[in-house]
Amino acid sequence: MSRIIHKFTRNVPHWQPRVTPVKLAEATEAQLEALQVTPSNTKVSDYVLTLAHDVESLKVRSPLFNAIMYDPGGMSRAERELGALGASMVNRCIYCAAVHADRHAKIEKDTSVTDALFAKGEDADLSDRNRAIFDFARKSAEAPPSAGAAEVSALRDAGLSDEEILDLILSSALFGWANRLMHVLGDPVRKEVSA
Amino acid sequence: MTYTDTTTFTIAGLPESGSVADAVATRAKIFAMTQAAEEAVLRPQDCGAFSHTLRAGLAARVAQQAKDEALAQHYLKGAGEYANLTDLAETGAGQGLRTVVTFVDKVANQTRDISAEDIAGLQAEGVADADIVRLCELVAFLAYQSRVISGLRLMQGAAE
Repeated sequence: MSRIIHKFTRNVPHWQPRVTPVKLAEATEAQLEALQVTPSNTKVSDYVLTLAHDVESLKVRSPLFNAIMYDPGGMSRAERELGALGASMVNRCIYCAAVHADRHAKIEKDTSVTDALFAKGEDADLSDRNRAIFDFARKSAEAPPSAGAAEVSALRDAGLSDEEILDLILSSALFGWANRLMHVLGDPVRKEVSA
Repeated sequence: MTYTDTTTFTIAGLPESGSVADAVATRAKIFAMTQAAEEAVLRPQDCGAFSHTLRAGLAARVAQQAKDEALAQHYLKGAGEYANLTDLAETGAGQGLRTVVTFVDKVANQTRDISAEDIAGLQAEGVADADIVRLCELVAFLAYQSRVISGLRLMQGAAE
């Protein structure tokens, strides 16, 4: 049995697809290449096997995702995670929010920021810098996006450089993409052991 | 292709020099990869159920909903017989696309409200799982691209 999770949590749930993922044994050459399956690496998540249905997109999205979240320079890793989290909370992607809140807490070795965000949402008590970052990400994620000059001024007042602001634009926008895959194509679940 | 030639950079209307262009230059690889993603979702070799013109029509519609006229015009150029989809009152029913258009609108604009029933509805209409994934990638990419563009415009506005 499994139970769908509806509340934000840092305890990363299991992701259960709503469509049938590609079966590894039946994958095409192109799919295997995009999945980076090798004889020594045959573990592929249901999420990636689901995305393998559109192999051309998967092949370009994975390196783009990694570049935006992990390339050196610009905004810190933790602050990019905060941008990802802001978007994921607006779109209520419980799975993405869990993964990126957990990464933020681990990088910072501190759960207080994500505890506050999950407890109070946009009313959370944050530092000026985190407040400016979270608000920009949150407003950019709305449909249509509502971030404006005031949010950019707040980022500058909090001391962010152009390079950092660009990385925030990229990381929060990237989750406009990721949330529309993760939240739409599957459910975040806890597996329950039957008695 | 350099970053200044990408859709994301040109549609944002950025000057080719200045503080915003300098920042973009530090992430030139990401802008090139974003262009590659546009090719993959708008003009893939394997289209599945959605032709290049239909993808462009849906993209123009989503850009219009994001209130990005320049991006909508960019995609409208390739929309052919699906140019009507940029009329936001259009349901797609006349082209047998009502379910697809309803789903695209919801994924783009009420993402948080999507539930298992929305996917089941597409499956009940005979949309294959692979095509459901293709449709999500298209809408999801546009959510990303339109937000990068609007963010760049805000940066440029602040720099002026």
